[in-house]
Amino acid sequence: MTGNLLEVHNLVKHFERPRSLARRLLGEPRSVVHALNGVSLFVRRGETLGLIGESGCGKSTLGRAILRLVEPSSGKTVFDGVDLSQISPAEMMRMRARLQIVFQDPYASLNPRKSIREIVSLPLKLHGDGSDGENRKQVENILLRVGFRDDQFDLYPHQFSGGQRQRIGIARALVSHPQLVICDEPVSALDVSIKAQIIELLAELKAEFGLTYIFVSHDIATVGHLADRIAVMYMGEIVEIGSTHDIINHPQHPYTKALLSAVPRLVAGARQARQVLAGDLPSPLAPPTGCKFHTRCPKAEPSCVGTTQQLKPVLSGLSQWVACSLSEGAHV
Amino acid sequence: MQVSQPASATERQQPILSIRGLCTEFATPAGVLRAVQDLSLDVMPGECVGIVGESGSGKSVSFASVMGLIKPPGRVAAGEIVFAGMDLRKLSTQDMRAVRGKRMAMTMQDALTALNPSMTVEQQLLEVILAHDEDIVQSARWGKNAKAYKRAVEMLELVGIPSAAKRLRDYPHQFSGGMRQRIMIAIALACKPDLLIADEPTTALDVTIQAQVLELIGSLRRELGMSMVLITHDLSVVAEQCDRVVVMYAGQVVESGPTSEIIGQALHPYTRGLLAATPRVEDLAMPVRPIAGTVPSLINFPRQCHFYSRCQQRADACLSEIALSEPDVWRQVRCIRSEKERCA
Amino acid sequence: MTSIPAAASLVTDATQPAQSPLRLSWQRFKSNRFAMGASMVVVLFILMAIFAPWLAPHDPNETDLLRRLQVPVWMQGGEWSYPLGCDALGRDLLSRIIYGSRVSIFIGATVIFVATAIGVVAGLLAGYLRGWVDAVISRLVDILLAFPYLLFAIGLMATMGPGLQNIILALAYKEWVIPCRLVRGETMALREVEYVEAARAVGASSFYIMAREILPNILSSVIVVSTLRIAHVIILEASLSFLGIGVQPPTASWGSLVADGRAFIWDGWWVSTFSGFAILMLVLAINVSSQGLRDAFDPRLRD
Repeated sequence: MTGNLLEVHNLVKHFERPRSLARRLLGEPRSVVHALNGVSLFVRRGETLGLIGESGCGKSTLGRAILRLVEPSSGKTVFDGVDLSQISPAEMMRMRARLQIVFQDPYASLNPRKSIREIVSLPLKLHGDGSDGENRKQVENILLRVGFRDDQFDLYPHQFSGGQRQRIGIARALVSHPQLVICDEPVSALDVSIKAQIIELLAELKAEFGLTYIFVSHDIATVGHLADRIAVMYMGEIVEIGSTHDIINHPQHPYTKALLSAVPRLVAGARQARQVLAGDLPSPLAPPTGCKFHTRCPKAEPSCVGTTQQLKPVLSGLSQWVACSLSEGAHV
Repeated sequence: MQVSQPASATERQQPILSIRGLCTEFATPAGVLRAVQDLSLDVMPGECVGIVGESGSGKSVSFASVMGLIKPPGRVAAGEIVFAGMDLRKLSTQDMRAVRGKRMAMTMQDALTALNPSMTVEQQLLEVILAHDEDIVQSARWGKNAKAYKRAVEMLELVGIPSAAKRLRDYPHQFSGGMRQRIMIAIALACKPDLLIADEPTTALDVTIQAQVLELIGSLRRELGMSMVLITHDLSVVAEQCDRVVVMYAGQVVESGPTSEIIGQALHPYTRGLLAATPRVEDLAMPVRPIAGTVPSLINFPRQCHFYSRCQQRADACLSEIALSEPDVWRQVRCIRSEKERCA
Repeated sequence: MTSIPAAASLVTDATQPAQSPLRLSWQRFKSNRFAMGASMVVVLFILMAIFAPWLAPHDPNETDLLRRLQVPVWMQGGEWSYPLGCDALGRDLLSRIIYGSRVSIFIGATVIFVATAIGVVAGLLAGYLRGWVDAVISRLVDILLAFPYLLFAIGLMATMGPGLQNIILALAYKEWVIPCRLVRGETMALREVEYVEAARAVGASSFYIMAREILPNILSSVIVVSTLRIAHVIILEASLSFLGIGVQPPTASWGSLVADGRAFIWDGWWVSTFSGFAILMLVLAINVSSQGLRDAFDPRLRD
């Protein structure tokens, strides 16, 4: 029995564009978006795993695939020893109390026609085994904990600001006392000062409730502060994974290096050693062969076009893995 | 890239843009919303000024006012806006239109909505070129379109769009977000304006694309000798690109000065709070401290320090209207306590 | 130095009363004078229909051949007891119009009620469940839409025979596709919205999501469209009655009144005119109220 709360093995998700009957008869090839291309990772109990990458890398899809909000095309997810791809819908329903998600958009993630009390009560209505009175108390407690006053419980989402709405979303995710919470860009839509408030809240709640987080974000600085380990994704694959310190300070993969180089620093004056990537992201409908990054990689060699890269551990420390045959640290 | 403070007033150049006491209001059913109050700043030729603020700070409204884009129920209630010696508030609509796009250009945050989705890129570029580019406007009729077309291709190449001539005929939705932002920049720069106002140019973009666009803007600015106003909520972007920073909160300028001084020795509690609340990838050990509370509503707001409700250092004296510390627009703070606490 | 109380780091708004989106819409509707006026008119018509027996001065079916084509009161030879004159059989026009409102409003409301109920359920299922459910329902909708409305209704009436029940069926047969298409489209859009995903993430069943997350948020569009369609159905019923395949004599609907008056439009113009005018007034009032509803539910300046 490992200390892993979550293990993901070779998760694949393809989205197929629906073709009309005529096109199908004509034998036109399918247009498939490879959102996830065989992702494997593990998350230890009590840690925060950061998932970083840019648009289209598949990080949000990965979070949803783990929760089976989006059904994986293949691969398996093992949560606390249970293989989620094998269980019945009824069992999965019960599992959902333990696996929760906080969404990105504070305006779209709350039903405008329900009061915040009703919104946060829903998980308990579906899963709670307490009495009505106990459930009500639990809802009130979590709302108080995230910062609301009791005279606000019956108000509607539109009466609150963006930061407050995110607190409601957090309360909804935590009311059923889950073990794993996927935070899908929870602060991207918020102002800087409010972002910091919500991050502080998330950190406090993690310690208080003994939670495990998967923190998905494109904001590397924020992830760097919250996460214990970081996984870097590009075009549906993990290209590098390791401890926060190693990834931020000793990145091995050319993409990770470029990503970190691109993040602006809070230091006056232009930086000299700035690495700017050429070109745009390739279309997800026609991904490059072999290493998906070779079209933009400053170090690409002819061999990169043909070979698909595998994650291999870096020599310096077995906790860091890279999917690049040319990276500086020699491989084990 | 740092522009140091000039030695004496006589040596100082004339600012390309000079704003004094700008006030913009909106009439709402609940009362008057003073979105911008008493904004004063200068932009020198060739420099890049960063305007930093969160939602409700008034940063976008300020420059929409400068461009003359405020419509009822909003209005510019007071203030002086002098651009290249012209008092913009006194210009007729027609004259303003001649200035806008030709000598002063603006790019918006969301390229997809700012560009016309039913017109090709070529049409949109030509629209600007044929309206404002003096050489082309005055050239002979038969050669005009050809010249304008050539200029359009040049602009797209300048901003780094591959296969520019071919892509001129595409529509905005056929480009990626980063490309669209570049197209907007191309349109804005088509007539070599003296001043470019970039409103959140990279907020909606991925970080590697952001780096590309910022690099492009920086090099074009140096090449064309253009002045720039960069509006953003991201202090790090401003740190790397701008010579001077203006920090806005709830409609007012709370601090302004050279970038290195603002970042290294911020005086206003809000600026300090913002710096402390920004996670830094270069220093993961530094704790991130949030600013408590939320931005107050600006409708019928009492005349006192706007930051009072969230300030750790507030005192009763802060309950009156606070003015900017120095009449000189080079280094300003709107806080009565900062005088005594001028230390890091 | 004053220090900030701990709670100030959290939400600091002053207390405000709960304002559900429904209450906000009602407030907006109330402030729209045109809409309020028009809906008063609609309410008046409905009251007229309900209280017809007390309001009508005479029995609408009582004939009196001596009063054939009696003129309205303001013309020479008219009487106050028969203010709008009489038809070809000496029946009081005003009473017939008052009683006629019962038929028109009843048919309009019932058809829409039935059609909306069916259409909303079908639309929700098609839009949310997709797959073969959607394929079947959409094909059905496409087929029904291909038939021209009036001809379809005429055909049905011809096969089923006259009668109130049959009219309602004939009109509802096609009417349900309108709300169905609308609901299907909105459901497909809302399906991907994050708060619906959130309900799925929490383990809510499809039924719960359709009923409690999606339906309340599309109801406003359905109400707006349905109120507009009532006016449409009233006109359709009037057309059917005009053609003689709607309500049968002696029951009067406004359409049949207009038809009756056709034969003697020169000698007794008031029969067709005032009946037609009643149709016009009610339909206009319904349309204006419906506009008001739409503006109340979905103001463009919403945050």
